[in-house]
Amino acid sequence: MKYVDEYRDRAKADILVRKIETLAAGIDRAGGRPLQIMEVCGGHTHSIFRYGIEGMLPKSIELVHGPGCPVCVLPMGRVDDCVAIAERPEVIFTTFGDAMRVPGSKKSLLQAKADGADVRMVYSPLDALELARRRPQREVVFFGIGFETTMPSTALTVLQAEREGIENFSVFCNHITIVPTIKAILDSPDLHLDGFLGPGHVSMVIGTAPYEFIARFYNKPMVVSGFEPLDVLQSIWMLLRQIADGRCEIENQYARVVDDAGNTAALRAVGRVYELREFFEWRGLGSIDHSGVRLRPAYARFDAESRFAVPNVKIADPKACQCGEVLKGVLKPWQCKLFGAACTPQTPLGALMVSSEGACAAYYQYGGVKRQRDQAAAEVGAA
Amino acid sequence: MNIAPFARKRPRGTVHVPTVTLAHGGGGKAMKDLIDDVFVAAFDNPLLAPLDDSARLDLAELAGQGDRLAFTTDAFVVDPLIFPGGDIGKLAVCGTVNDLAVGGAVPRHLACAAIVEEGVSLDLLRRIAGSMAQTAREAGVTIVTGDTKVVNKCACDKMFIVTTGIGTIRADIDLGAHRAQPGDAVIVNGVLGDHGAAILGARGDLALETPIESDCAPLHDLVATLLARAPGTRFLRDPTRGGIATVLNEIAEAAQVEIEIDEAATPLRDEVRGFCEILGLDPLYLANEGKIVAIVPPEQETAALSAMRAHALGRGSSVIGRVIAGEPGRVTMRTVFGGRRIVDMLVGEQLPRIC
Repeated sequence: MKYVDEYRDRAKADILVRKIETLAAGIDRAGGRPLQIMEVCGGHTHSIFRYGIEGMLPKSIELVHGPGCPVCVLPMGRVDDCVAIAERPEVIFTTFGDAMRVPGSKKSLLQAKADGADVRMVYSPLDALELARRRPQREVVFFGIGFETTMPSTALTVLQAEREGIENFSVFCNHITIVPTIKAILDSPDLHLDGFLGPGHVSMVIGTAPYEFIARFYNKPMVVSGFEPLDVLQSIWMLLRQIADGRCEIENQYARVVDDAGNTAALRAVGRVYELREFFEWRGLGSIDHSGVRLRPAYARFDAESRFAVPNVKIADPKACQCGEVLKGVLKPWQCKLFGAACTPQTPLGALMVSSEGACAAYYQYGGVKRQRDQAAAEVGAA
Repeated sequence: MNIAPFARKRPRGTVHVPTVTLAHGGGGKAMKDLIDDVFVAAFDNPLLAPLDDSARLDLAELAGQGDRLAFTTDAFVVDPLIFPGGDIGKLAVCGTVNDLAVGGAVPRHLACAAIVEEGVSLDLLRRIAGSMAQTAREAGVTIVTGDTKVVNKCACDKMFIVTTGIGTIRADIDLGAHRAQPGDAVIVNGVLGDHGAAILGARGDLALETPIESDCAPLHDLVATLLARAPGTRFLRDPTRGGIATVLNEIAEAAQVEIEIDEAATPLRDEVRGFCEILGLDPLYLANEGKIVAIVPPEQETAALSAMRAHALGRGSSVIGRVIAGEPGRVTMRTVFGGRRIVDMLVGEQLPRIC
């Protein structure tokens, strides 16, 4: 298939893996510690597992699966708010599919649907707007979720609703922003990352400049990466080259899609519709300043939070959950006490087990091969 | 024993209104008219003709065709009722015929129960019954008994069908998932995922136009051909809901073996690949309604492949993987990229009501 197969070429992959092995062997690692590279975005996590990339890399490179799955970092209290809105009889609650199964403190949207709430899966906020046009007597609420990648499509839908004077459409806004989150991770004392794979789709909107602080103030290299497996391998190779050269820069591997300046039309819509929240609660990471957005007062009539009373109760993560440590890369998913026992994709406790982009679900689903190889190696080592 | 003489001679009823009403489920004349007009007219055969509460089958005749009876049932709730490549009627016959066939049975008779929502058009019902009759003819089975219920608006979505089937298994046929052994080939009879993609496309809520048609087809003849040429075949299964990934996991679990498939050898239509790329679906989990997975010992692999490829429904047959000693119960895939990953059972259901 055109524009797909080129980026999954095995021969090119083999060449890159050899280059990565050579570079990695030449990098001096303090105390033999592996080089830790965090892929911030859940889309990368999915590709890494889907194509078995981790198993192709030398042992001296460890991939840390970051917080870039918006479904995974949604706190329970927000899911409870979703359910409260969805259970109102006048509401049709529309959502992307993977948010349906995220556990709230009492139930998920999927359970609320089974209990009679009108919850529908959509592929775009425009589908929700179309539903509002067709069902003027109902209140159609769109569950706005995601980083800067999906923020513009929600914003443009709100602007479209405003232009058409549609009054029965609103957004329950849970959009979050990547830069404060990366900063929070970098400020975390228990972290020793050597570099980042930057989220390509976020950069398609915001460009590469907002990441400059990572190189300048934290002395960490970053490569903004595409999502095909060759993209990921090439980006890892580019990162290693920076580390080997002692450079710390923000490089753009995904230049076929990402303009360094970003997408100005999308940014304009984002700036017009949203404002920063003072703080936003993240599952596993706690409250992070300026990490979420809400609709500006001028668009309050499209804001589900002001249209409907939501409980807005902060619910603590389950005590035994170690999602935070996994998100920061301090623990590997299988090192969590609950992994595969109390917490599985069928009965997720932590949100990392819910979405296919969540590190734990990805490990559970795809990760066994490498884990078993590592365990076997560890046993041989111990013997 | 000849059962036909039990049939009563009576005039066949007709429905003169355009839609089904609750009166058609009331057990009276209106219901008899509906059953005559729609189902009896389409299924017409001597075993059905008496229209008694049960069809009576000749035991000696069945016993002459094998030493075991295969008996199965399946419910069909597909949405939409009519989709590219088929409809709920064709699906309801193929589904049960295929469940019998992959058990090594020759499908013989079906029973059919229809649950119809009031307001459904008679033309639609006639079309679906006609499609069931035609598919049954192709599959060499007769629909010998049935039931019709009409329910209130919104008590079901337009129409559900349940088909139950029996088939006879020859004494020399012994298929079972537990028989899979390291070295066996995993064969499929063509491109995967067409049914799932066709249904999803036909729902129209994705704003994606695709030329993909369901692969829905009766597989009894392909199975018979395969078993004749490769009698050592260990196990057969039709990878419907949950797709090929689910079936392979079930086999690996039952036989306590590992199955390794090769992504590059997994046949997919370009349209289905594109469809999955856009929607973020994994084609290994997409439903099929005209495919079999065959576990065949290596010494009969070539015979199995050539027999299947000579059949109209098996032209695209290929080996997609192999049973290996490995980790019992596990399915892995060599990715096109050179990596290796686990192929697990599907969790939950992304695409409800595909069959």
